[in-house]
Amino acid sequence: MSAVEWQPRSEDFARATDADRRRGEQRLVRPSISYWQDAWRRLKRNPRAVVSLGIVVALSLFTIAGPWVWRVNPAAQDIDQISRPPGAGGTGRIVEPYIQWAGVTTETLATAGSALATNIRLAEPATTQAVRLEWAPAANASGYHVYRNISSPRVGRALGLPLAEIIDPHRVSFEDRFDLEPVKYWYSIVALDANGAEADDYAVFEVEPAMVITAEEAADRGWIADAGAVRVGDMVALPNHPLGTDYLGRDMLSRLMHGARVSLFIGVVAPLLFVFFGIVYGSTAGFAGGRIDQLMMRVADFVVALPFLLFMILFRIAFGVQPGESGVLPMLVALVLLSWPSTARLVRGQVLQIRNEGYIGASRLLGARTGYLVFRHMIPNTIGVILVTLTFEVPRVIFIEAFLSFIGMGVAPPTPSWGSMSNEGIKTMLAHPHELLFPALFISVAVLAFNLLGDGLRDALDVRLRGRE
Amino acid sequence: MLAYILKRLVQGAVTVWFIATATFVAMHAVPGDPLRGERIANEQILANLEARYGLDKPLLEQYVVYIGGMLRGDFGLSYVQQNRRVNDIIREHFPVSATLGILAMAFATVGGVLWGALTAIYRNRLPDVVIMFAVIVGISVPSFVVAAFSQLALVSLNSAFGSSLLPVAGWGTVWHMLVPALVLGLSTMAYLTRLMRSSMLDITTSDFVRTARAKGLPPTRIFLRHQLRNAILPVVTVLGPQIALITTGGFVVELVFAIPGLGRYFVDAVHQLDYTVIMGTTTFYGAFLVFMVLVVDVLYSFIDPRVTLE
Repeated sequence: MSAVEWQPRSEDFARATDADRRRGEQRLVRPSISYWQDAWRRLKRNPRAVVSLGIVVALSLFTIAGPWVWRVNPAAQDIDQISRPPGAGGTGRIVEPYIQWAGVTTETLATAGSALATNIRLAEPATTQAVRLEWAPAANASGYHVYRNISSPRVGRALGLPLAEIIDPHRVSFEDRFDLEPVKYWYSIVALDANGAEADDYAVFEVEPAMVITAEEAADRGWIADAGAVRVGDMVALPNHPLGTDYLGRDMLSRLMHGARVSLFIGVVAPLLFVFFGIVYGSTAGFAGGRIDQLMMRVADFVVALPFLLFMILFRIAFGVQPGESGVLPMLVALVLLSWPSTARLVRGQVLQIRNEGYIGASRLLGARTGYLVFRHMIPNTIGVILVTLTFEVPRVIFIEAFLSFIGMGVAPPTPSWGSMSNEGIKTMLAHPHELLFPALFISVAVLAFNLLGDGLRDALDVRLRGRE
Repeated sequence: MLAYILKRLVQGAVTVWFIATATFVAMHAVPGDPLRGERIANEQILANLEARYGLDKPLLEQYVVYIGGMLRGDFGLSYVQQNRRVNDIIREHFPVSATLGILAMAFATVGGVLWGALTAIYRNRLPDVVIMFAVIVGISVPSFVVAAFSQLALVSLNSAFGSSLLPVAGWGTVWHMLVPALVLGLSTMAYLTRLMRSSMLDITTSDFVRTARAKGLPPTRIFLRHQLRNAILPVVTVLGPQIALITTGGFVVELVFAIPGLGRYFVDAVHQLDYTVIMGTTTFYGAFLVFMVLVVDVLYSFIDPRVTLE
């Protein structure tokens, strides 16, 4: 072979070793590529499949390695940070323990002028320990109602949480100590007329309390090691919740990780189980043929005819979930019981098709036993189709798990799963959309990735498409 | 034809019997007793109640009574609402679910065929890319998430316009049905769009379309008479299973939108362990599905003359 100016165009053809190159020889031999090498090569050319594969790997890492890195107990409640939106944890200032406040009373009552409580101001800087409001009396008021809202009450008359009814016209102050959080509050003060009825109009005051805590409380909650080590006025770091907290103050990131363990565990293990069962059932039927085949397929038809979701729910209650159990096992069993027929049908069809191929006959003629035929010919020839089915079953099962957990028929609380988190998140959707958004996003991304990966695998493993792109 | 329908009806009856039996077995495998959970005053009352529901009889006799009642179209008494018959519950709530399902199916079919045809015409151009992206999203996002966020959108829409353009939840008028039906039909629409697109692309390259074009037929006529009519066939094939999916999958949408349908009632019954209602609803749904698949199969032979029923 003479030396040629060699420009490698495709890595397929680049098989020259260093020794060859020294000799000035080039071998332009197309390598023989096995089925799997070819499939992998074609999968790599499909950008959507590669991205999906990356997402699947990332999700697996998130699930498996995540809880090792982010070591927050998914069941631990952070009662100071409930339904907190995503972001850094922030800091809190150390303050003295709470001291009683006498409030403000006034001797001079207004008889004319504004019917609104005017000149609302803070008696002291607002903290999460207490918000102390005082105001100038409204004209002819017999008392006041105080409301607190977490959004501006200007739209309509949604004043929020009724905090107090003050029936002494002389008292023009109010101290709020109820469940304060470092978020923006809108206090509405409504004057009462002589009969104690609310006036139509109201005065609104907007305030955002600062996060404070006493040294003892901070030590109690483990934010600082020793209550004696900090002084009043020091800033201490609050526990960090990068993705916020849920309605019970549990860390969203940690729950998403542990929820992924449940959702992806069911999503991967259930298809593995029922696809395996389907392979055994389908190949048995296909090999047996005749009466047995007919009977076995008729049973499969019956199972297919069952209304799937209703029976998932039925099985779930039939197996029952004892207190303290997660309910993962009943769901797995129910999924396997109801989902195997599609794979069984597919495998049976493949087996029937391959059984009549020439190479099987040839192999049998050469004295091959059934076991050899199965492992040498049947399985390698159907594994591609099965793998694709498996990939498409994963998102379906993730959906089913999410769906069942959403209606309260899946995993039992407090076990987190993406579906049960969505179920909890939907209740506080209006005020705290992140509690629904994150689990929903994870479900959608996981399902999308597995679907696209399945598409890619189907194209890559289809031998008929080989060399046609 | 008639023989075929008869054969399918017999097969369907066997399937329904199987469903009923499976439901019965599943319900009687449930640990505990449906009446023990109630606050029963004394043993005598419990015995009376058990006698009323036939729970004092041996299991086999209960099964015979249950199947016998079902043959007469009687699903028995509810355990929780003790004076209501399961038949009345189904009669009251099923029309709501059916209306929602039919509307959703109409949305899904019309949308799927339309979008699918559109993507095939604009293959690899902007409308195709946009629609196919929406389809992927529609397949990947669970229906309860779509339902929740569409509710959120409705709330902000209504407050933005200062009026209730479309109700956020509930049931009663046509306006109540639109958004839930759309949400319910979304994933089916996405699926049908995909199917329609690929079958449309197959048809576009087929010989008879080329011939029609060579004959000089106007493109709209080719599109309507040759392409659309043939491309729609695979869509019709999957309608039966899809109807099944939509009617049984309706309960999430019914739950989120507070629609008094049978699906929601079923979930309630499951939470309250109302055994007769659970058994009755499941069997009823099973029978409904078997029937719908049969109807679609028969319809298919009318649409596609090449198919002969045997």
